[in-house]
Amino acid sequence: MDLARRFRFSWSAFVAMVVKEFVQMRRDRVTLAMMLGIPLLQLLLFGFAINTNPKQLPTAVVAGDQGPLTRGVMTALQNTGYFRVTVLTSSSRYADRLLERGRVQFVVTIPVDFERRLAAGSRPAMLIEADATDPTAINNALAAAAQPRNWVLDDVLSGPLAARLGEPPGFEVVIHRRYNPEVITQYNIVPGLIGVILTQTMVIITSIAVTRERERGTLETLLVMPIGPLAVMMGKIFPYIFVGYFQLAIIVAAAHFIFGVPVFGSLALLSVVTIVFIASNLAIGFIFSTVAKSQLEAVQMTFFFFLPSILLSGFMFPFRGMPEWAQVIGSALPLTHYLRVVRGILLKGFGAPEVAPHLGPMFVILLVIVIAALVRYRETLD
Amino acid sequence: MGEVGPSPRDLAIDVRGLEKRFGGVTAVNGVDLQVPKGMIYGFLGPNGSGKTTTLRMLCGLLKPDGGSGTRLRYDIHTEAREIKRRIGYMTQKFSFYEDLTVEENLNFVARVYNIPDRARTVGRIMEDLDLACRRNQKAGQLSGGWKQRVALAACLSHDPALLLLDEPTAGVDPEARRSFWNIIHRLASQGITVLVTTHYMDEVERCHRITYLAGGRVVTSGTPREVSDRSGLVAFAVSGAGLDDLRQTLGREKAIRGVSALGAQIVVTGRDREAMERALAHVNAGHLSWEQIPPSFEDVFVELIHQATESQGKGAWT
Ligand SMILES: Nc1ncnc2c1ncn2[C@@H]1O[C@H](COP(=O)(O)OP(=O)(O)O)[C@@H](O)[C@H]1O
Ligand SMILES: [Mg+2]
Repeated sequence: MDLARRFRFSWSAFVAMVVKEFVQMRRDRVTLAMMLGIPLLQLLLFGFAINTNPKQLPTAVVAGDQGPLTRGVMTALQNTGYFRVTVLTSSSRYADRLLERGRVQFVVTIPVDFERRLAAGSRPAMLIEADATDPTAINNALAAAAQPRNWVLDDVLSGPLAARLGEPPGFEVVIHRRYNPEVITQYNIVPGLIGVILTQTMVIITSIAVTRERERGTLETLLVMPIGPLAVMMGKIFPYIFVGYFQLAIIVAAAHFIFGVPVFGSLALLSVVTIVFIASNLAIGFIFSTVAKSQLEAVQMTFFFFLPSILLSGFMFPFRGMPEWAQVIGSALPLTHYLRVVRGILLKGFGAPEVAPHLGPMFVILLVIVIAALVRYRETLD
Repeated sequence: MGEVGPSPRDLAIDVRGLEKRFGGVTAVNGVDLQVPKGMIYGFLGPNGSGKTTTLRMLCGLLKPDGGSGTRLRYDIHTEAREIKRRIGYMTQKFSFYEDLTVEENLNFVARVYNIPDRARTVGRIMEDLDLACRRNQKAGQLSGGWKQRVALAACLSHDPALLLLDEPTAGVDPEARRSFWNIIHRLASQGITVLVTTHYMDEVERCHRITYLAGGRVVTSGTPREVSDRSGLVAFAVSGAGLDDLRQTLGREKAIRGVSALGAQIVVTGRDREAMERALAHVNAGHLSWEQIPPSFEDVFVELIHQATESQGKGAWT
């Protein structure tokens, strides 16, 4: 069977490829810098967004009147530092529109009977609606708002009402996160970023590494020598596994020491799982390289893989929130399974037993990819 | 052609009716090639005549669409993998790694072939081809002639019985060309069969036998001498005054099939010696002199192409 012949493997040819690739990698400073620079840059960019503790967020206040209570609440909100009241209106529909269009981040509604019920001691509720499309932007603000005692200062309100605020305050704060109820926390993003960065760089690097041989004419040399598809592929993949590990180390270290992402599980376990993931992505790049005619085309093709990976893996949107067809596609992507593993290990302290069920699909995907790559690899110039 | 060919077991290459199509284009159209062992065999033809395509089919890089045969007794259709260890193929365009040094390139190849005593083999080949002094230079920084040597050296580490060299001397300066041919002769004397393509006509005589290809078909095969004789071409070098005007006049003479410049002289070619001399005498106003010379291979091949198309034309009529 032809496939069996394709799996024939020459150890010496593999070693020849690996040695050559390492030398070429060392000489190709630009690519190497890119491989190590991209993860750092990306992490810093994402990390910056994650780490910011934005303050002075535009806020609309909906109130029936502009009495002392309303003004008092406004001042108190602003005193937290997170809220900046930009609109004061009596129309909740108008405030809604502002929120929808992103003109304000929050709408704070003081019900018409708030003051009366506060005076009557019946614990009225104040509603804070937040635009949660960017959950990281509002977390701190909401955390501050959820504790009225942090922001409702006695001296803001005077007269008989002041006594009503007391301890605990005589009213409640109800928070509605809108547009993104299943808030993805910042901790979800950084571990996910490990998978995303590896997907992006690993797929590109092999797709370029093989296409370059075609573009420079060296493929003809490879094809005429007794070096089977498996040795070529393994020889291309092996050196870049090290690059992948280097990236992993950089990202995990930066995530932990710069952004304070916890590491509950075992890094050794993470390393073992990651090898399957890196190899999958490198093999996918190898498939692209058998199709693409130029390096540019290869890079363009990788985006067709990268986009679904980002969108359907559960990195961007909660996996269970996606329609079924999207979940089916997502399940076929290595990143989907890797995300669960890496989040599990870092954040929930997964051990081998918890990781194992996710490893199965990853191996199946890797096997399918490797076979596809070997079948695709042409041993002639036809 | 009536020659008694060497027996098949003495042939390093023995293919018949080789064919290759790319889409609608037939690049190689029924090529027969018999290359005896130990021979330097020239494979000639203008650009696009199908030389590279034929070589690629021979070394298993392209699947033939038609024809049959063997090289080193490995079947051309089924034994593409087996031939790889026995053959050395030097591509037309330099196809080793320009970012690796000479020695790294040779080591890479030797590792792929799993050469037992790699360091010594690579060292010996570098000595043989005078590459030792450039072992640490990057291949991409070498001049054309040196690159070609590296490419040849890379074909040699696994002791191939058959070398396929695709225009190894193209774009190489005359001195480097000469020394390259010396190397080829040395390799042949060690028993290696060499099939070498070129479009330099002066290299024809360096080959033991040649095949001339045009439009994917074999125009002629044989020793350079046989090929030249077969054309039946007669050439005269004409000197004298007013040659420029004469070229047109001579071109209209029926007996003269070709007129070309050769330094201060012009060369006229044709097949009927007496008719040509009559034509020369006819245009001569007393200031011309001429002498018969051996026709150049360029003229021979042009003539052979004409003959081939003429006979094809006749074939179409009957
Ligand atoms: N891979 C290919 N795809 C399409 N056409 C090709 C390919 N390789 C060669 N050809 C065509 O086949 C013909 C013969 O080419 P080639 O064998 O390279 O000639 P030569 O080596 O004698 O210059 C040319 O017309 C060329 O354009
Ligand atoms: Mg050619």
